[in-house]
Amino acid sequence: MKKIATRDAYGKALVELGRENPDVVVLDADLAKSTKTIEFAKHFPERFFDMGIAEQNMIGTAAGLAAAGKIPFCSTFAIFATGRAFEIIRNSVAYSRLNVKIAASHAGITVGEDGGSHQSVEDIALMRSLPNMTVLVPADAVETRAAVRAAAQIQGPVYIRLGRPGVPVLHGDDFHFEPGRAVVMREGDDATIIATGIMVATALEAAGLLEQEGIGVRVVNMHTIKPLDEEAVIAAARETGVIVTAEEHSVIGGLGGAVAEAVCACHPVPVYRVGLPDVFGESGKPGELLEKYGLTAAHLAARVREAVTKKGRR
Amino acid sequence: MDGEKIKRLEEKARKIRRHIIRMTGAAGSGHPGGSLSSADIVTALYFEVMRIDPQNPRWPDRDRFVLSKGHAAPVLYAALAERGFFSVEDLLTLRRLGSPLQGHPDMKKLPGVEMSTGSLGQGLACANGMALAARLDGRDYRVYVLLGDGEIQEGMVWEAAMAAAHYRLDNVTAFLDHNGLQIDGPVARVMSVEPVAEKWRAFGWDVQVIDGHSMEEILQAVEKARAVRGKPQMIVAETVKGKGVSFMENMVEWHGVAPKPDEVERALAELA
Ligand SMILES: Cc1ncc(C[n+]2csc(CCOP(=O)(O)OP(=O)(O)O)c2C)c(N)n1
Ligand SMILES: [Mg+2]
Repeated sequence: MKKIATRDAYGKALVELGRENPDVVVLDADLAKSTKTIEFAKHFPERFFDMGIAEQNMIGTAAGLAAAGKIPFCSTFAIFATGRAFEIIRNSVAYSRLNVKIAASHAGITVGEDGGSHQSVEDIALMRSLPNMTVLVPADAVETRAAVRAAAQIQGPVYIRLGRPGVPVLHGDDFHFEPGRAVVMREGDDATIIATGIMVATALEAAGLLEQEGIGVRVVNMHTIKPLDEEAVIAAARETGVIVTAEEHSVIGGLGGAVAEAVCACHPVPVYRVGLPDVFGESGKPGELLEKYGLTAAHLAARVREAVTKKGRR
Repeated sequence: MDGEKIKRLEEKARKIRRHIIRMTGAAGSGHPGGSLSSADIVTALYFEVMRIDPQNPRWPDRDRFVLSKGHAAPVLYAALAERGFFSVEDLLTLRRLGSPLQGHPDMKKLPGVEMSTGSLGQGLACANGMALAARLDGRDYRVYVLLGDGEIQEGMVWEAAMAAAHYRLDNVTAFLDHNGLQIDGPVARVMSVEPVAEKWRAFGWDVQVIDGHSMEEILQAVEKARAVRGKPQMIVAETVKGKGVSFMENMVEWHGVAPKPDEVERALAELA
């Protein structure tokens, strides 16, 4: 299957947007080659601002640009975008409901060798906790392009989570993206995997493995963490009786947290969260780390098998 | 100054540069440029200046070194191994799964690492904290910090600079690896930090500007810094990114790319 990194798709989408809308401006913090904003910089140098290694200043500047009518896209690694600049995002962007887009690359453990200091496994939780913030986690290149375009349309702050490695292209060109509306990638009655980002492809693979054993798994691609598609979550709970969430993120506060909150309130069924179990990441090859932390199709299938046996018990 | 000592240190720095090349080459990733530019400073600190005991890495009276520009981990690891904190063979595990030699320094995993770094801009504040603790505990250890010239674009660096002067932390000595390059290009083009010496002076620091590849100047500057009372000291070290490997020198491309096997060979030949 063809693989494209979501950050590469982001770089391309930005150039497209830049052509269509002169109000789109882009900021980076000395990582333009890695986040791919360099593409926009090449085409529209006068609308690109490298702020240097100063993430807080980048977000604050974007808030000002937005207050004056521009549509700023800010990029750096997810750890620095959401971590270093969190309180500026909270007060100058989200609290002020300004039209700032934060598109952060190198999220999760697939950052690889740089290690735990650079692997953001809490950014979804941080961004999801903010009122007014929309949180998008595209699963592939097609979805990334759509998410970037949708973000430009949304009036208000948007967080887009992007990754470093190539990921399989799951959608055709006819794919329709609607923020807040989950995509059922595959039907099944025995369990549901709700996945986001790179884990959507893994979930599909796991569902394929389980099908051979006669376990039918629904795979829901939750590309929007906020606002969460509660309808899709409740439907999964009601119709399949057990949910396994899958994300390249801490099990605390991200997709798993959001799904569990919705399920608890509306239709309690067991929810198993697959992700990083309250630990920091570490150095290693991306594939080795996914294996170690159980973010592979085989591990995910094992969790679903286990979940199915617990189904319906009180 | 003692010519023999200088020669010994220069030879050690060359050895550390060779380790940097071998380690990043073996890892297939990492940051050779900024490791090479600070090799002479780090060598001087670990092999002449600092009061440390590799057998007793948590000795309360030891001098501390904080590698604020944490991506230069290879130079720190090479110095620690050469100094005897762990085996030189371990260097080749850099960035591997399970290795204590993480991509960026992790104080919980590797003896001799005083502070976990990698997110730029945070090291000076941590150094200040150690220096304040020394004062509270009546200890005479000193804290050394290494900052990148791109790194000082971070606002937090200047918050810490202000605090160090405010609290008269004369037990803090910082080095600025003034190699003129960051990731997106020359510092002057991305986001100018000049004039650096004047900025640190204006923030209340004692400032010296030296050739960061002259062992003699590094040692003399540290000597002078130690004698300063009532002020933290900044040593602006004029350096060359990639220093010692001709095809890496002053090349922004070598910030975060590892040498391939044939490049390792060529680099090692130059550093023989
Ligand atoms: C807070 C933060 N933002 C961004 C990065 C990514 N990054 C790693 S090294 C680097 C450039 C550093 O340049 P400089 O400080 O001049 O280091 P040197 O030239 O000595 O390698 C950047 C932007 C980071 N590690 N931390
Ligand atoms: Mg530099």
